[in-house]
This record gives sequence, C-alpha cells and structure tokens, in this order.
Amino acid sequence: MSQTGGGAAGATQPAEQWERPLPRPDNVSKPFWEAASRGELLIQRCPSGHRQFYPRAVCRVCGSDPEWERASGRGTVHTFTVIRQNHARPFRDELPYVVAMVELDEGVRMMGNITDCAIDQVRIGMPVEVHMVQAEPGVGVPFWRPVAGEGRES
Amino acid sequence: MPDRAPVIVGTGLSDYPQAPHLDGVQHHAQAMQRALADCGVPKDEIDGYLDAGGGGGMMIDDAVTMAEYLGIDHRYIDGTMTGGSSFEFHVQHAAAAIRQGLCDTVLITYGSDQLSRMGRGLGTGGLGRGVKRFGGPAQYEAPFGNSLVGSYAMAAQRHMHEFGTTSEQLAEIAVGVRELAGLNPDAMYRDPITVDDVVGSRLIADPLHKLDCCVISDGGGALVMTTAERARDLRQPPVYVLGAAGAQTHWNISQMPDFTDTAASRCGPVAFGQAGLTPADIDTIQFYDSFTITVLLLLEGLGFCGRGEGGAFVKEGHLRRSGDLPLNTDGGGLSSSHPGMRGIFLLIEAVRQLRGQAGAAQVPDCEVALACGSGGWLSCIGAVILGRDHPS
Ligand SMILES: [Zn+2]
Repeated sequence: MSQTGGGAAGATQPAEQWERPLPRPDNVSKPFWEAASRGELLIQRCPSGHRQFYPRAVCRVCGSDPEWERASGRGTVHTFTVIRQNHARPFRDELPYVVAMVELDEGVRMMGNITDCAIDQVRIGMPVEVHMVQAEPGVGVPFWRPVAGEGRES
Repeated sequence: MPDRAPVIVGTGLSDYPQAPHLDGVQHHAQAMQRALADCGVPKDEIDGYLDAGGGGGMMIDDAVTMAEYLGIDHRYIDGTMTGGSSFEFHVQHAAAAIRQGLCDTVLITYGSDQLSRMGRGLGTGGLGRGVKRFGGPAQYEAPFGNSLVGSYAMAAQRHMHEFGTTSEQLAEIAVGVRELAGLNPDAMYRDPITVDDVVGSRLIADPLHKLDCCVISDGGGALVMTTAERARDLRQPPVYVLGAAGAQTHWNISQMPDFTDTAASRCGPVAFGQAGLTPADIDTIQFYDSFTITVLLLLEGLGFCGRGEGGAFVKEGHLRRSGDLPLNTDGGGLSSSHPGMRGIFLLIEAVRQLRGQAGAAQVPDCEVALACGSGGWLSCIGAVILGRDHPS
C-alpha cells in the first residue's frame, strides 16, 4: 500500500496493490473519482452558491442542479478517531490508523485517513492537504496529510 | 365517545442475551406470544402491525413478510426503519393510527440472532466485511476503514474538544448502568465496575474504550397497543402514550451536520409539548446506550442539562440507581442486551417501571418515563413519553 507515501499534491500516486473496498462509480459519482485519478478534488456547487459533498443529483438545500467545482484540497481536521480494532481485511493489518472528518476550506466535510503523521500528533483543527492514490484506472482516492510547516497545535 | 387514548397493554421479551436455539424470526414469534399472553389480547384481534425488519436472520424479517409469517391480517401496516430507534417511531405512528381509528389493536415486533449467527465482530467489522465495492453514500466512506465504534468516537472526540468532556465522565454512565444490570438476573454482565475499569479497558476507537461500548447479544421484543377503552378489560394496567416525536439530521455519519447536536434537540421539545411536561417531571429514562457518548448527547439534546454540560451532569450521580433520574434500569445495552436495534427494549422497560413490576430495580412512585432511541449513527432520534395515569 502506498497511501502513506509522499508525492506532490496534484499528482496521483499509484497504489502498488489496492486491497481496500472500492467505490462503485455511478452516473453522479463517476466524474468525482475520475477527477481524483487525475489529482483533482471535486465538490459540488449550485447556482445559488450552496456547496455539498457527497455529490448528488440535486442541491440538498435548494433542489437545483449542482455543478462541479475544483476544491483547493486544503482543510482542517474537524474530528477524528484512532481505529484500534477492525476485523475486516485489509484494515486489520494496518491498525492503528486515523479516520477523520476533514473540513475543506470551501466549508464541506469529507471522511478520510490522515497519513504521514504519527497518530498521537493528530489534533482537531490541524491543517491538512489532500494527496491522491490511484486505486484502479479511473478511480483516485483522496487521502490527507499535515500541511508542511504549519502548526500542529495541541 | 369511546376513549381512544393510545396505550401500551402488552410487552414480551424473547430469550436473551444468548439464545443459540432461536433464529431471528423465532425471536419475533416468541416475543409476540409472550406479549399477547401478558395482556390477554387474542391474536386474531390484532389489526395493525409495525415491524422495522433488519434483524438479519436466515429469513428476511420485513413487515410484509413477518405479517404473513405471524398471520397478522392487518388493516394498518408500517415498516418504518430508522435503525435502533425504529420502535419509538413505531409508537408515534401507532398512537396516531389508534387515535384516528385506522386500527384498534397494534402489534410491534423485533427479533435478532446476531450474536449466535455472527459473533462479536459486528461493531468493528467495518464496512469492508467480505465485500469489495460500495455504491451510494457508502462509496465515500468504505475505502477508509471506519468502524461503527469509530463513528460514535468521532462525536465523542468533538464533544471533548468543544466542551472539555472527559473519559471519566463518560465512564460514569457505564458504571451506573452496570450497577442496575446487577439487579437483572438475565443481564449479560452483572459484576460491578468502576470508572477506573472503564478508562483502563482497551481503546477500541479513541476516545471510546471497550467498556464505553454496548454488548452484542441475541434478543427480541414485542409490544401490544390499543385504546384506553379496550384496555379496561385486559390483564395489565395500561401505560399511556403522553408524547411521541422523532426527527432526523442525517443517515451516514460523514453527513452529520454537527457532531455534538443530535435530532433529540428537535424532537424532544415536541414530545414534551404534547405531554405538557418538562424534563423535571421524568422519573426514569430509558435511553439508547449503544455507547456512553450516545447517552450524553441525548441528555443534552432533550434538555436534561445544557449543551456541553452532560459530562458534569452525569458526574452528579443523577442517573444512578439511587439518583433522581435512573437510567436503563434493566442494565441497558451497555451491560444487559444489544441485539442490534435496541429501541424496543427501552419501551418495554419503561412499561415495566410504570406498572410497578420492576422488582429490585423499581423506581419509587414511578409516574412518567421517557424512552429515547437513537438509530443509525446518531442519525434518527425518537422520543416517547409514557405515563402511569390517564393524561386527561
Ligand atoms: Zn442550492
């Protein structure tokens, strides 16, 4: 698994061997996963300016047609947990690891893993940036790591 | 005018916490038999049926399948499924249907054999169990290895960050419920525990320890509801539905709008308003205790204490056997039983208290009880206020 590896933001790191669950891209989600495989993080924004994630066929606030918007790929840890027990493969071989809700600078949140950081260094409010891992052709998966040089306040 | 005030007249529990001799549908059947025997209603009088399914046994146990299996010739059916709180929503719906005359006598059933069938991996099996691809909202969570415990842990972590809540405060909830489990001969765990035991138990998903988590068990339950009029001829004293309300904020955990505020803050005031009561009027609470943090969030949402004050509130001892607001007098999900969707047991225990049939766990002079279920991942909250006396 290479999702703990480096690679500049905007590039997509190929996974040596992807063993985790995969998305089943549908009409709505396919552009998201494809963009991620090109190193781009997409969210949705409707004509009235409501942003949302996960992608839907309608704006969850006003019911209008949402459009894709490229996100900055930067955010902060809104909350997190350290998973220390999980019987499912391949996760049981990766324990312990961090699952977090990342709040993007654009205001929406997504679930992800914090990599490139000791688990006892993860804090709520910690600035993070996205890095993409290629799970299979046409599917990139976003992971998150601390923004270099920025505070890990305790 | 006949008195159509909705009442609970019959309750039944199937064998628990471990019943390898029963499949899921047998839990439904046994609980139904016991609830009918409890009140003396003949089975052919049932004309309303509510069932959430989701028991996960060998046979699909959704409402239409179970109505056929149990032989319920209903004229009112409801398959509302909001996870563990389904049964609080069912009481809300059944009460309205009985008042409206859509049916007269209602059966609600639940049954699960999850411990005997799957073992104890459920809460930390993750979404990845034996399946490779996920569609729908799960596709945005499944790749990251979150667990059921992890979802609640993220709420606990945020509560600690915002309000300074401590693991010791959360542990107090588990300690109090265990004390009450000691009075229930059927409870899965009955030996007393201390705060140190809880915070010293293994971390499952930070900051939740093993003893912050509910047990995994088998079990089933059934309720019979009817009109106050019909209840006059039945075996048990009726328990009145004084208020019942539900609300939803999200389903999947990653969509939770505010990790320290549940839909309890929306449905609680509605239920209290219907009953004309306040939290100070409640004699015992039967709350969904999937995890210690669940209880804390429900207490705050329903207004038993201010937002963020739950930790200090529980430390004052209100929820103990000797306190003024005993919590989960059957030993709860934390110590007695949790077959997957525990909401029906909250109602059954509230009825037992209001009938004065709770034995050593009886809350003195119990007039009003509140059952509050949390379904999904703190997603769908249902609050039911039950009373010993006729509301009029
Ligand atoms: Zn909109």
